[in-house]
Amino acid sequence: MSAGATAAPARAGLIARAEPIVRRVLRPTLWAVVLFPLPWMVGRLLLDQLGADPIDKLERESGAWALRFLIASLAVTPLMRLTGWGWLVAQRRFLGLAAFFWTAAHLSVYTVLDWFFDWGEIIKDITEHLYITLGMGAFTLMIPLALTSTKASIRRLGGSRWNKLHALVYVSVILACFHFAWAVKKDLTQPMLYGALAAGLLLFRVFWRTRTRDSRRTSALVQSPKEG
Amino acid sequence: MLIRRPDDIPSSEITPEGLYQNRRAFIGTAGALALGALVAPANMGAAERQKDDITPEKDATTYNNFYEFGTSKEDPAENAKDFRTTPWTVNVEGLVKNPRPYDINELLGRLTVYDRTYRMRCVEAWSMVIPWQGIQLRDLINRLEPLPSAKFIEFTTLLDPRRMPGQRSGVLPWPYKEALRMDEAMHPLTLFATGMYGKPLPNQNGAPLRLVVPWKYGFKGIKSIVKIRFTEAMPNTTWSDANPREYGFYANVNPAVDHPRWSQAKERRIGEFLKRNTLPFNGYADQVASLYAGMDLRKFY
Repeated sequence: MSAGATAAPARAGLIARAEPIVRRVLRPTLWAVVLFPLPWMVGRLLLDQLGADPIDKLERESGAWALRFLIASLAVTPLMRLTGWGWLVAQRRFLGLAAFFWTAAHLSVYTVLDWFFDWGEIIKDITEHLYITLGMGAFTLMIPLALTSTKASIRRLGGSRWNKLHALVYVSVILACFHFAWAVKKDLTQPMLYGALAAGLLLFRVFWRTRTRDSRRTSALVQSPKEG
Repeated sequence: MLIRRPDDIPSSEITPEGLYQNRRAFIGTAGALALGALVAPANMGAAERQKDDITPEKDATTYNNFYEFGTSKEDPAENAKDFRTTPWTVNVEGLVKNPRPYDINELLGRLTVYDRTYRMRCVEAWSMVIPWQGIQLRDLINRLEPLPSAKFIEFTTLLDPRRMPGQRSGVLPWPYKEALRMDEAMHPLTLFATGMYGKPLPNQNGAPLRLVVPWKYGFKGIKSIVKIRFTEAMPNTTWSDANPREYGFYANVNPAVDHPRWSQAKERRIGEFLKRNTLPFNGYADQVASLYAGMDLRKFY
């Protein structure tokens, strides 16, 4: 027996053994990670620990959390494919809503703290400055997704239509990455890092789709003589 | 005998220390204000002339753009802690009577030191009010005696990646360079600062010697200068080299000309909640606008 042949079942065994543990701790962990930044930010704000420009810092941090959860939600499907854990699909919706929550928080900081409801300037900002336009676009595309995040919506729309609608998240994450990159003055290290993660997760889908299509075609070729 | 010229900004714009505003007060009131504001359109930051309270020293020394020590605002205060500025030599080069290296004490010795409280407007749309101490650049230029052919003056920051860790990254083309037209450099507002808040210049603010040009965006205020060169042709400058579409040679504060990516019409004064309107030439138009008479400021941004 070759080494390679033993490795695969061992890995599969590990995944199987990890599954009940991960299943038990994942959701509470995600809740903690999603909610933790809120008291962390408010606490530092009240204790004057956000530096000389606290509004700028809150704006950047809330935006970063929004993008993190958006990217995390994109990581669920690849993880599901690789592990075979179908139950992960519920975490995808959870992370998507977390991303929406933090995007809304980010937008609130922008509207309330940064511009203090100066609607004239806000509208000018959205229409004249591309990175704001992109950010607003990313947020707007997330609204229908958040609204149709219930099980009832999936049933009402039907799985295939629901999936098609939720493919908007791919557009949203691309817009969000460019929004981040253009908001940065010069140091693109962070935007590049997030962009690379998002690109990797999107490419995985392309790769997976062509792979399954090819294997379907191959199996069809193998099977056809039998059937014929 | 100590000869002091009258300061070039109205005394009404200089606020005595001790009147620092309690900038955290807004945090408590912001929530209450927010509730009422949805209905009342907020244009309260629009008053043309507002008080210029001195920015708390802690903010001016912990919120810095000094990429030689890192790109985040907190980096310079942290990474410049052990930066040594003695001894310090400044090379004087180019079209000047006596091009040679000078020890900083010889270069600046016996020139009159002024107290100047200036607004500082960053190109990122925030601003501070900082009490500087330093010499008028014009006094130094007069001492160095440039040749009549000198039309520009170029400044260079120290290049030493071992002491300036930010220079190990390629975020900007090092060393940092800035320049002024000779009439800008000779303007009495233009300062070579060696101190702020009555103390020697902190490392993160550009010790031991930095430029302060209050009517221009902050990035013109080159820090930790080791070279002064007099030239006939307009020198290249770092931010303009890095992105000529976004940053020009002049970089005069101008609310009418936006940065290609964001607005320059308003600014957040550090410590304040509502944005202020940005003033042409950062409020120094009376003193400096004539330098640019006849120039298209949209083209020469």
